[in-house]
Amino acid sequence: MKGAEAMMKALEAENVKVLFGYPGGQLLPFYDALYHSDLVHILTRHEQAAAHAADGYARASGNVGVCVATSGPGATNLVTGVATAHADSSPVVALTGQVPTKLIGNDAFQEIDALGIFMQITKHNFQIQKTSEIPKIFRKAFEIAKTGRPGAVHVDLPKDVQDNELDLEKYPIPAEINLQGYKPTKFGHPLQIKKAVELMKIAQRPVIIAGGGVQIANATPELIKLSEYAQIPACTTLMGKGVFPEEHSLALGLVGMHGTQASNYSVYESDVLIAIGCRFSDRITGDISTFAPNAKIIHIDIDPAEIGKNVRVDIPIVGDAKAILKDILIYLMKKEIANKTEWMENVKKLQKKSLPIMEFDNTPIKPQKVIKEMMNAIREVDPSLTNTVLTTDVGQNQMWMAHYFQTSAPKSFISSGGQGTMGFGFPAAIGAKFARPDANVIAVTGDGGFLMNSQELATIAEYEIPVIVVIFDNRTLGMVYQWQNLYYGKRQCAVHLGETPDFIKLAESYGIDASRVEKPEDINEAFKTALNSGKPYLIDIIIDPAEALHMVPPGGNMTNILFPERQEPTPKAQCFSEMKKILNPKV
Amino acid sequence: MEHKHIISVLVLHKPGVLQRISGLFTRRWFNISSMTVGSTENPDVARMTIVVQGDDTVLEQVVKQLNKLVEVIKVTDLNSKKSVQRELCLVKVYAPTEDSKSQVIQYANIFRGKIIDLSTETLTVEITGDEQKVNAFLDLVRPMGIKEIARTGLTALMRGSKILKSNKA
Ligand SMILES: Cc1ncc(C[n+]2csc(CCOP(=O)(O)OP(=O)(O)O)c2C)c(N)n1
Repeated sequence: MKGAEAMMKALEAENVKVLFGYPGGQLLPFYDALYHSDLVHILTRHEQAAAHAADGYARASGNVGVCVATSGPGATNLVTGVATAHADSSPVVALTGQVPTKLIGNDAFQEIDALGIFMQITKHNFQIQKTSEIPKIFRKAFEIAKTGRPGAVHVDLPKDVQDNELDLEKYPIPAEINLQGYKPTKFGHPLQIKKAVELMKIAQRPVIIAGGGVQIANATPELIKLSEYAQIPACTTLMGKGVFPEEHSLALGLVGMHGTQASNYSVYESDVLIAIGCRFSDRITGDISTFAPNAKIIHIDIDPAEIGKNVRVDIPIVGDAKAILKDILIYLMKKEIANKTEWMENVKKLQKKSLPIMEFDNTPIKPQKVIKEMMNAIREVDPSLTNTVLTTDVGQNQMWMAHYFQTSAPKSFISSGGQGTMGFGFPAAIGAKFARPDANVIAVTGDGGFLMNSQELATIAEYEIPVIVVIFDNRTLGMVYQWQNLYYGKRQCAVHLGETPDFIKLAESYGIDASRVEKPEDINEAFKTALNSGKPYLIDIIIDPAEALHMVPPGGNMTNILFPERQEPTPKAQCFSEMKKILNPKV
Repeated sequence: MEHKHIISVLVLHKPGVLQRISGLFTRRWFNISSMTVGSTENPDVARMTIVVQGDDTVLEQVVKQLNKLVEVIKVTDLNSKKSVQRELCLVKVYAPTEDSKSQVIQYANIFRGKIIDLSTETLTVEITGDEQKVNAFLDLVRPMGIKEIARTGLTALMRGSKILKSNKA
C-alpha cells in the first residue's frame, strides 16, 4: 500500500476518529488515502482553528487530538495552535505536509523548515524520511504526546514519503515502543511520600493548589478525599479549574493574579503548601519572595524539570498525580490529623469575603450578571452543571468566567493558560463537541478574540456542529484597555474595536441562528433558546465596557488585590483624522 | 555562586539533535562556554560535553531540561565526579627568526605540544590539556605574537572504570 494509506492505518490503530485540517499540494496523497478511509475529517477554515479544535478535543476527552496542514503557509498557520496546546500540556499530534525529499533544502515552492520551526514549541518532533519509518514514527508520536507530561508532537510528511509503497507486513505498526531516551516516572518515591504525609499530618494551616496535572491524571476523587480527610482547603489554577468542585465547603476558587481573596490569602498564610500538577507560573506566584513566605512546599509533578524551576521546594515528588495521591492517602489515613479549627474558621471568613456579587440589573449588562443567568439557564437542562463544557477565549471574558462560573466537573472548563491565545475559544469548542457530543458545549469569547477565528462559523454551519458561541461584546480589547487604565495613566491606545461587525448578521450570513441581548432580563431566554435548539447558535451580549476585573499587578504580592474603578472607554478621535490624511493625501 | 559546570550528555546520534540542544540553551538563556560533540563506542550514540556558566539552580535546570529531550539518554554533571578533561588547541605563532622558532619549539616541548606546521614566518603548535594548561601555553607565546587560534572546547570522561549508562532504560 501507499505510505499515506499506512498513515490512515496508523491513525486508526491509535483510535483516532476525527481529524481537523486543511489540505494542500503536499498533502494530496494523504487526502486521497483519507478519502478511502473511515476517518472523519473536519475542514476548518483556517489551520490555526484546526490546531485549536484538535486541542479542544484533547482537553475535553483526555485523548490525543490530531490536526493536519499542508507545507509552508499551512504549517506556519498551525504554529500558534500547536504552541498553545503544548504550553498547556495538551496531547496534540500535528501533521504537516512537506515537499518531496529530493527538494528539501532547495527552497522549493511552499517549502519551509517545519522541523526547525516546530522543534521548540513541541515535546518532540519528527520528519519522516523513508516510507518504511511511518508505522514506528506514528506510534512514537502518539506515545510521546499522551504519556508522561502530555504535550504537542509534530510529524513532517514529505510528499514522496506519502506516495511510496510500503509493505505493512514487513514494517508493521508496533504495539509497544521502546524509546531509549524517554521513560516517564509514574510512581512517587516512597520516602518522599512518607515525608509529605508527616508534614500534612502536623500542618496547622495547609493549603492545596491543584493545577492542570490533576486534570490530566484524572485525580479528582483522590484530591477530594485528601482535602476532606486532612481538612485541607483547595484552590485551583486556571488549568486546574474543575478538578475541585467549586461548591465544596473546602473550595477556595481560583488562585493568582485574578484569584479570589480566599485563595490568595490562604496561600500567603499557609504553613504547608501542597502543589499538585501545577508549574508555579508567574501568574500564580507574583513576586516569588512574598509567595507563601512561611510555607513548607510539597510539589507533586510528573515533570521533574518543573520542580524547583520557579519556587524553592521542600519535598519534591515526581510522578503521576493520581498514583501519588493514592499512595499518600494510604499512609495518611492511618494517621491522626492535627486539629485545625482555627484555620478552618479563618478559611470560612475568607470564603465569605470572596463571595462574588453577581446580581445586577443595570444596562449595559454586567458580565457577572450574564454568567449568573447563564448558569441558571444551563441548570434547567443540566442541573449539576456536569454535562456542560465551556471554552473561553482570552481576556476579561476568560477571567470573568474563571471567577464566576462554578464548575464542578473536571475537563469541563477549557481555556488557554500558558500562551493566552486569543482566537482559541471558539475553535476549541468545535473540538470539544466531538469529544463530548452529548454535552452542552459553549464558547465564551470577547469580541476581539472572536474576530480572530470567526471564520469558523462556516465550519459549524457546514457540518451542523451544535456549538453555542457567546460574545461578551464590549467593543474594546477589554483586558488591554484595563491594563492601560491601571498602569499607563489611562492612555488608551489601539484598544477600541469601534464598529465591530453586526454579529447577528454575520452569523445569519453563515446560516446560523443568533440573538442579541441588551437587557439583563433577556439573557435567560437567549440561553434557553440556544440550549434547546440543538443547532449552532450565537449570542451577542452587549456588556458594560467600563467593567474591570480585580487583579494583582504583575510581579506583585498576591495579597495586594486591586479593585479598579469603572473606566469608560474614550476612543482617541485625533488618531482617526491623522489616518485620514495618509489615505487621502490630496485633501 | 556562579561556576563553570562540565556536563556530559549522551544523545542518540541522529540529525537534528544538536539543533534541539542548542535551541534549548538559547531559549532558556543558559550560558554555554563550549560544546563538543563526537561519536562514542556505540555508533548510535554521540557524546556531548557542554561547559555551562551559572549557579547551582541554573545547573539543575540545565540537567533537568536536557533530560526532558527524547533523544537524550544520559546527563551527568562531571563537577560532582572525578573526571579527566582535555581540550585541543591549534595556535599559529609569529616566529620569523631562527631564534624565535627555537624558542617556540622549546616551549612546545615543555608543554608536550607538537609542531605540526612551519612557514618562514610562523609555527603552528598543537597542544592538548585541560583549559588551564592551554591558557598557560597561550600566555607564554602571546608576547611573540599569536596569529590565529583554534580551540575545540573541553571534552571529558569520568575517571576510573565507571562509565555513564542510560538512566532512562
Ligand atoms: C493572539 C493574541 N494577541 C494579542 C493578545 C493580547 N491580549 C490579551 S487580552 C486582549 C484583549 C482581548 O479583547 P477581547 O477579545 O475583546 O476580550 P475582552 O478582554 O474584552 O473580554 C489582548 C489583545 C493575546 N492574548 N493573544
